[in-house]
Amino acid sequence: MSATPAIRLEDVALSLDGRTVLDHLCLEVASGSVTAIIGPNGAGKSVTLRVIDGLLRPDGGTVQVDPHRRAFVFQRPALIRATAAANVALALGGLPRRARAARVEEALARVRLAERARDAATRFSGGEQQRLALARAWAVEPDLLLLDEPTANLDPASTEIVEGLVSAMARAGTTVVLVSHNLGQVARLADTAIVLASGRAVEHGPARQILFSPRTSEARAYLAGELPWTPSVVAS
Amino acid sequence: MDPFRRRILTLGLAALLSAAGLLPSADAEPTSIVVASTTSTEQSGLFKHILPLFRETSGIDVKVVALGTGQALDAARRGDADVVLVHDRPAEDKFLAEGFAKTRYEVMYNDFVLIGPASDPAGVRGLGVREAFAKLAASKAAFVSRGDRSGTHSAELRGWKEAGVDLAAVRGPWYRDVGQGMGPALNAASALGAYILADRGTWLAFKNRADLVILVQGDPSLFNPYGVMLVNPDKHPGVKAKEGQAFIDWLVSPAGQQAIAGYKVGGEQLFFPSAGALVTR
Amino acid sequence: MMQTLQEILSRLCSLDRDVLAIAWLSLRVSLTAVGIGLVLGIPLGAFVAVARFPGRSAVVGLLNAFMGLPPVLVGLALYLVLSRSGPLGPLGLLFTPGAMIAAQATLATPLVAALTQQVVADARVHLGEQLRSLGLSAPRQAGAMIYDVRFSLVTAALAAFGRAISEIGAVLVVGGNIDGYTRTMTTAISLETQKGDLSLALALGLVLIGLVLVVNVAVALLRRHAARVYG
Repeated sequence: MSATPAIRLEDVALSLDGRTVLDHLCLEVASGSVTAIIGPNGAGKSVTLRVIDGLLRPDGGTVQVDPHRRAFVFQRPALIRATAAANVALALGGLPRRARAARVEEALARVRLAERARDAATRFSGGEQQRLALARAWAVEPDLLLLDEPTANLDPASTEIVEGLVSAMARAGTTVVLVSHNLGQVARLADTAIVLASGRAVEHGPARQILFSPRTSEARAYLAGELPWTPSVVAS
Repeated sequence: MDPFRRRILTLGLAALLSAAGLLPSADAEPTSIVVASTTSTEQSGLFKHILPLFRETSGIDVKVVALGTGQALDAARRGDADVVLVHDRPAEDKFLAEGFAKTRYEVMYNDFVLIGPASDPAGVRGLGVREAFAKLAASKAAFVSRGDRSGTHSAELRGWKEAGVDLAAVRGPWYRDVGQGMGPALNAASALGAYILADRGTWLAFKNRADLVILVQGDPSLFNPYGVMLVNPDKHPGVKAKEGQAFIDWLVSPAGQQAIAGYKVGGEQLFFPSAGALVTR
Repeated sequence: MMQTLQEILSRLCSLDRDVLAIAWLSLRVSLTAVGIGLVLGIPLGAFVAVARFPGRSAVVGLLNAFMGLPPVLVGLALYLVLSRSGPLGPLGLLFTPGAMIAAQATLATPLVAALTQQVVADARVHLGEQLRSLGLSAPRQAGAMIYDVRFSLVTAALAAFGRAISEIGAVLVVGGNIDGYTRTMTTAISLETQKGDLSLALALGLVLIGLVLVVNVAVALLRRHAARVYG
C-alpha cells in the first residue's frame, strides 16, 4: 500500500431531487489499494462511485482523483446491440486496428468469452454480460477500476471469474474501489474498507478489522444485519 | 475506426451518393420549356397527342403543368412558366395589359356544353344558354360549379349573368362549389346527378359519366377560344423565349393546326384550329 | 363488385411501360428523400436527445409537431421558395424531380428526427453513464447510441418512406404532375380519378400498394437477418 492517496474527497455534499445523498463526505483511497465501500442501501455508495468517476458533480467540497484512465463496471451491465467484440472495442478507438483486435481478443479470453466474440452481446446471460462489461473495463488498462456490486446477480462460477480478474488487475497495480453487499467478497478482495451511512464515511480502516471488530455503532448495525451464510452456521 | 462507426458512415455515404445521383442536372436533358395550361387541355389528352409531334420537329421537350386558367396565369406572373395556353379572354387581356406577355395568339377553340342528368328535372334540354341558366336558378336543381377561377368557371359565371341571375342572392345548397379541376367537378356531378358546365374536350374524354348527358350545346355564347402567350422575358429573364416562341410558332403553323385538328376521341374532334380566324375576329 | 374487380385486374395486366416509369420515379424520389431525411434527421434527433441546451423541450415539441406537417403546406412554401421569382429561383428546381425530392425530404426529416430523438433518449437511460464513463467524446457517444438503436431507426425510415411515397400535396404543387417527367404514382392516380377513369386509378393504386409492400417486406427480411446476427 502506498502512502499517496489516489482519491481524496473532502467535504463533498450532494443533493438529488432535494434529498441529501452525500453529507460532507470525506474519504481517501490509497493508490494501488483495493478499497471496499460498504453500508446499508441508500447510504450513498453508488453515488460516491459516480462522483469519483466524474459522472456526478457534487454541490460542494473538493474531489481529487489522480488516475486518468478509469473504468466503471455498473451493477447492471450497459451493452450496446452489437457483438461482444464490438462492445469491448467501444473505448479503444484510439488504438490501431491490429492492436485493438489483439486487445479485444485477450480481454474476452480473460473472462472466458473468447469463443463468443462474434455473438450478439445483448443475447448473453446476465453473468456473461457482466463478465463482458469487466472485459471492456480491463481492455482500457485502467489505473482506477470502479465496481458497483459487480456480482450482485451472478452465479458462483461467474463470480469467481470476475473476482479472479479483479484480483489480477489489483496485483498489477490498478487501484480498485468496490461497492458490495457480499461481505465474503469484501473479505476476499479488499484490503481497506470504508463504511458509509447516511452520506457520511463513519469508519475507515483495514478491511478485516472493520468486518470482524467494527468500532462505530453504524458499522456494527450494518454488519449485524448480515444473514448467516457459512454452511456450519446454517446447519446449526 | 471501430466497426459500428464505420458502418454508420458507409450508410450515410450511400444515402448521400444516391441523393447526388438523382439531383436534377439541367444539361443532361434536352432543351425543355414549361407550359402552364388548363386542366381541360391536359385531361382531354390533347397534349399527349400533339407534344410528341412538336418534339420530333423541334427537339424541344414541352413540360405541361395543368392548372386552372387563373392559377396558370399566376404561375406565369411569377415566372414559373415560359408559355401559357389558357381559355379566359378577359383574364388573358388583363395579363397582356399588365405587361406579362407581349402578344396573344389565337390557337384553337372548342365549346362548352351544359351537362345534366338524362331525366333533366329542370327541363333545360335544347334551350339557349340564357333560358337554360334562368331555369336552373329557378328550379334549384343540383348544380356543380368548378369554383376555381378557371376559364370554365368564368364561362359559367358569365352564363348566370347573361341570364340575369344574381348568383349571390339565389345561392343555396343546390349550388355545389367544389373548387377543383374539370375532372373532379364532373365526378362530383355524376355522383350527385347534378348539372354542370364543362368543356366538350374533357367531357368527351371523361369516362365516369353515370347518367349524365349533354343537354345544351351549340349556342354561340358557349364558344370557348384558347389563346397562347409567351411570358414576357423583360419581366422574367429566366424565360426561355426562343424555345417558347418556337412552340407558339409551331402551334399556329399549318403543321401545328393540323395536329390539333387530328386529335379525336371516339371519332369525334375535340379542338378546332383557329389560328387563321385571329385576323378576322 | 366482382365485375369492377375483374376490370381492375385486366387493367392491371395491361399496364404499360409508362406505368413502370411512373412507379420507378415515385420510388426513386421517395427513397432519395428518405435517404436525405435519414442523413439529416438521425444526427439532429440524436443531438436533441443527448445535448442539454435552453429551449430543448421546445425543439422536441416542434419536431413532434412537424411529424404531422401538412404536405400541401410544405409544397406551397417550397413552391414560393423555388419559384423563379423566389429566393432559390435561379436553381431552376421548380417542376423537377429535384423539387419533389426536396419537398418529401422536408416531410421526412422531422419525422426521422423526432423518432430518433425518442429511441436515442431511451437508449441514453441505460447507456448514457457507461458511455460517458468510457471517456467517449459526445459525438462518439451519440454514434454508439445510434448504432444501438439502429433496428428501431429502420422503423423510422419505413415510416418516413410510407409518408413520402403516399403523399400527393407536396409533389403535385412543386412537381407540377408533368407527364413523363414529374408524374408520380399519387399524382397519376389523382389525374386518372379526375378523368373519371376510376378502374385505371384503382389499378394504379394497387401498384402503389404493391410498391410499398415490396419495400417493407424487403426491409423486414433484411432487418430480421441483421437482428439474428447482432441481437
